[in-house]
Amino acid sequence: MSEAVDQDILQTLRRFVEHDVIPVASDFEHRDEYPQALVDTMKQLGLFGATIPTEYGGLGLSFSTYARIIEELSRGWMSLSGVINSHLIMAFIIANAGTPEQKRRLLPGMATGEKRGGLALTEPHAGSDVQSIRTVAKRDGDNYILSGSKMFITNARHGTMLAVAAKTDPNAKPAYAGISMFAVEKNEHGPTVSRNLKKLGYKGIDTCEVVLDNLAVPAANLIGGQPGAGFKQVMSALEVGRINVAARAVGVAQAAFESAIRYSQQRVAFGKPICQHQAVQLMLADMGTRVEAARLLVQNAASRKDAGQRCDLEAGMAKLFASEACAKISLDAMRILGGYGYTQEFPVERFYRDAPLMMIGEGTNEIQSLVIARNLLERYRIN
Amino acid sequence: MKILVPFKRVPDPATTIRILPDGSGIATDNVKWVINPFDEIAIEEALRIKERLKTGEVVLMTIGQSNWQEQLRTGLAMGADRAKLIVTDKPLDTLTIARVIAKVVAEEQPRLVILGKQAIDDDSNQVGQMLAEILGWPQATFASKLEIEGDRCTVVREVDGGLETVAFPLPAVVTTDLRLNEPRYASLPGIMKARKKELKEIPIESLGLDLTPKLRVKELKAPPKRQAGRKVGSVQELVKLLHEEAKLI
Ligand SMILES: Cc1cc2nc3c(=O)[nH]c(=O)nc-3n(C[C@H](O)[C@H](O)[C@H](O)COP(=O)(O)OP(=O)(O)OC[C@H]3O[C@@H](n4cnc5c(N)ncnc54)[C@H](O)[C@@H]3O)c2cc1C
Ligand SMILES: Cc1cc2nc3c(=O)[nH]c(=O)nc-3n(C[C@H](O)[C@H](O)[C@H](O)COP(=O)(O)OP(=O)(O)OC[C@H]3O[C@@H](n4cnc5c(N)ncnc54)[C@H](O)[C@@H]3O)c2cc1C
Repeated sequence: MSEAVDQDILQTLRRFVEHDVIPVASDFEHRDEYPQALVDTMKQLGLFGATIPTEYGGLGLSFSTYARIIEELSRGWMSLSGVINSHLIMAFIIANAGTPEQKRRLLPGMATGEKRGGLALTEPHAGSDVQSIRTVAKRDGDNYILSGSKMFITNARHGTMLAVAAKTDPNAKPAYAGISMFAVEKNEHGPTVSRNLKKLGYKGIDTCEVVLDNLAVPAANLIGGQPGAGFKQVMSALEVGRINVAARAVGVAQAAFESAIRYSQQRVAFGKPICQHQAVQLMLADMGTRVEAARLLVQNAASRKDAGQRCDLEAGMAKLFASEACAKISLDAMRILGGYGYTQEFPVERFYRDAPLMMIGEGTNEIQSLVIARNLLERYRIN
Repeated sequence: MKILVPFKRVPDPATTIRILPDGSGIATDNVKWVINPFDEIAIEEALRIKERLKTGEVVLMTIGQSNWQEQLRTGLAMGADRAKLIVTDKPLDTLTIARVIAKVVAEEQPRLVILGKQAIDDDSNQVGQMLAEILGWPQATFASKLEIEGDRCTVVREVDGGLETVAFPLPAVVTTDLRLNEPRYASLPGIMKARKKELKEIPIESLGLDLTPKLRVKELKAPPKRQAGRKVGSVQELVKLLHEEAKLI
């Protein structure tokens, strides 16, 4: 994709964010209200097909471009990037591991946003430890019968389908070899979305508890057609999720930094704009540097993914660094805004509440560190 | 129906404009350029007419330097079919602009020309009117509603103190007001398709027009700084000041 096209795409997004998103984001967020009109515009813009291959009606954008889109959306409101994140993770799994028939049947609808996907891995007792999920899928003629419950499932209420991880062989050793992924389209029998969770931030978007109560799913929807391949399918797709989450962190951090550097030039204390006090300058310098470093790590991970390489290590580093930077920067922005930063008069309190999700979602930062260390030890092995 | 939309490139209304020390123009470093907002409304209206009639062609044109292509691409990404860039690096006055557009009209033979009522940079509000006069076509300026039925066009105009409805036969020239519509965003698929659409550059010299401007900008000045407000002690004092100082009553 040419740089000129990327620039045009980002310019359209910037307009959308400045004109439609920023003026209303905090209001929707405080009311925890789903931003239907914004989601509709995102659909018109074509964002639901961003990384879906062009032969299935998507835009086939590179992950580098995708990361910049997510950063820009999140600069306006982080929740909006969640609306397409798990949708595109599901699409990635289908595009990479699905059968030709599944791709033809599912991807074109996902690319337009008519079909809207999500990802259902986590369970009430199993998050980081995906292998210990308890949802099972039993073969029954042309169907699999799924039963179990899922927790923290984003887009479960507003989506039309979910990529569900379930055990087709609960006794498999190692455990991951028994996990399969299913494309589960909602119908009157389920899956049941039992409740929306109340969250610290990341509001407006639905994150739900989901119940699969002996739900019949056509065997044709077992992704890839072979049972037991689910874990690998998910791990590669989660790199996309990590790039998304890291890019979100850059966007929120950028927004917090922008609020702070603007405010610091307007607010006067002790006879001069506070940006002329060295203590404030030190914070601004640190914030600006961290945002830039985080952005470069994200671009680095994304361009590896674009080159078709695994980017476990790079995406992990980007996600770890960017999310920690975002948490620190949003707190520093609050310091710079003083009392106002702590109130809803300014959006900084929202950035501060949104930031911690990026340390937890798509693999906690502790788990990222384990993955990074494992990769580094592999790379620098001495015997 | 073929519709021609001429537009001008202007500084983004959100940009802070700085005037050059010698008053000859504005500082253009750090200026973001966009399609004149009124012209963007014209593009949107042309696209809507095409969508309503389910047939036709929307042709964009602008008169400027080669890098104005960027704004033409934006219009193509919104959905216009093709574009013409009349290339010049000279500043032209409004009459010359209208004459250049008239040349393109002669070649393209559109049924309708829609353009903004004015450009937000120098607010001339002249090109549409001049163009209609040169072509000998009916004109409807400040449109806030536009309908086409067969070969007739009905336009609701925003005039002082109310709305005026005019009807006229095509071909015609219409200039847009702010409330005509809300322009769409260029969609991502639109942006990608725009790269493959026809964009022709035509050197202005090839049109055989006299380009000598009849109008010259002598000087640009920033508006005087607003003075700080003042608190008055009583109604009496306010009335006195309005009468004696402000001379308003
Ligand atoms: C708002 C929100 C949206 C979400 N959306 C989705 C979604 O759409 N789909 C989905 O499937 N999931 C979703 N999740 C779930 C998310 O992926 C999990 O919360 C995350 O993976 C962590 O799992 P957990 O909450 O079970 O924490 P746990 O795994 O219970 O972890 C608790 C703590 O223990 C630490 N820990 C665990 N194992 C180790 C270890 N081996 N070594 C060191 N420390 C360890 C963790 O780092 C953490 O600090 C969402 C979560 C949130 C909050
Ligand atoms: C929930 C809440 C309740 C409150 N309740 C009360 C109350 O009951 N009564 C009351 O009187 N006030 C109250 N306050 C106000 C509170 O005391 C002030 O917010 C606080 O003193 C900071 O002042 P400020 O917000 O004006 O920030 P500012 O003074 O504008 O500071 C902005 C930033 O500039 C920095 N800065 C300022 N000067 C310098 C300098 N010379 N050198 C380096 N850095 C500098 C600050 O550290 C900060 O980072 C309350 C505030 C909140 C948020």
